[in-house]
Amino acid sequence: MNLNAGQILLGAFLVNNILLMRFIGLCPFFGVSNAVGTATGMSGAVIFVMLLATWVTWVLFHVVLVPLGLVFLRTAVFILVIAALVQFVEMFLRKNMRALYSALGIYLPLITTNCAILGVTFLNIDYGFNLLNATIFSVGTGLGFTLVIVLFAAIRERLADAPISRSFKGYPIAFVAASLVSLAFLGFAGLFGIAF
Amino acid sequence: MNKKPSRLSYFTSGIVVENPVLILMIGLCPTLATTVSARDGFGMGLAASFVLIASNVVVSLVRRFVPNSIRIPIFIIIISTFVTIIDYVLQAYQPSLYKVLGVFVPLIVVNCIILGRAEAFAYHHGVWDSFLDGLGKALGFTLALGVMGIIRELLSAGTVFGFAVTPAGFRESPVLFMIFAPGAFLLIGILKSIVNRLTAKKEEKA
Repeated sequence: MNLNAGQILLGAFLVNNILLMRFIGLCPFFGVSNAVGTATGMSGAVIFVMLLATWVTWVLFHVVLVPLGLVFLRTAVFILVIAALVQFVEMFLRKNMRALYSALGIYLPLITTNCAILGVTFLNIDYGFNLLNATIFSVGTGLGFTLVIVLFAAIRERLADAPISRSFKGYPIAFVAASLVSLAFLGFAGLFGIAF
Repeated sequence: MNKKPSRLSYFTSGIVVENPVLILMIGLCPTLATTVSARDGFGMGLAASFVLIASNVVVSLVRRFVPNSIRIPIFIIIISTFVTIIDYVLQAYQPSLYKVLGVFVPLIVVNCIILGRAEAFAYHHGVWDSFLDGLGKALGFTLALGVMGIIRELLSAGTVFGFAVTPAGFRESPVLFMIFAPGAFLLIGILKSIVNRLTAKKEEKA
């Protein structure tokens, strides 16, 4: 695939938005998008871990698994590496960076089972990105995640006060709202000739 | 009241009362992403079912040897073993389905239903009970995905499992909207609101 850096960044950020177009990472999307504050905190933690996880898994895959012919261990290795990574990050932040820890701390344990992180590491391998492009791709994805989750949290704050029929309260109206936001994002399809 | 739940209830609860997708709202990513057609929805449901049942049985078999403090990493290893198996089986025998499901096959490993059942049920129950529990939850998951797939395929292409069921006029200009992401969100929103309405009615009666 011959894409330049800008196309990869915009593609991951808008055109193929991880939440609205790819449907990866929906659990935190509906779980923590109740208030703008928590949504921002969660997004910060996701961007941070996503970038670290991309580097670690990319290097592991191309330097260890491929030369040793152990590609079939990919799934097991990636999920364990991410789980361990999240633990280390949590311990490191708690000891050395209290301010950041108090902002992101409570979201970190939730990230291990966040399919957005694991999904991005798989996609990086499947698309055959080099390390630089993988970095750009994961930054774009993380920013896309942030944009949508914060936008959506603001919508849900308004929805909480809206007069909604009883059957639609809670999840159903959130899904309908997500449908409309996603419809808007469909407008980015084919932007700058990006389709991947 | 303290009656031990019957074996059968382990199996049946997962299908309706504790349906993982429509009641508990977990495992949403594959539910929305892979239900473009009936075949894809059922295919994804069956792939996840295999992993769920197999991991429930194995976790239950080894539960006496697994120390409490490291149980989660061990569950993850067991689950990812079965995910790798189904990954390669699909790649070899169902390449077209594998291509459609794409990254969602390896992502079965982080499906909350599977780790959730290992942790909440299989770790504390016998093999046979765990098998029934896994089978029930798997059936509930597959049914939910299958229904979503059938509705979306019917509206977006006028077919079910590739067979034409609507008049030719509808098939020429179907509701294409349903094949895209917004259609998936809208459909699950409507399904969930129906479920809410039904459960609310039941509670009123009780």
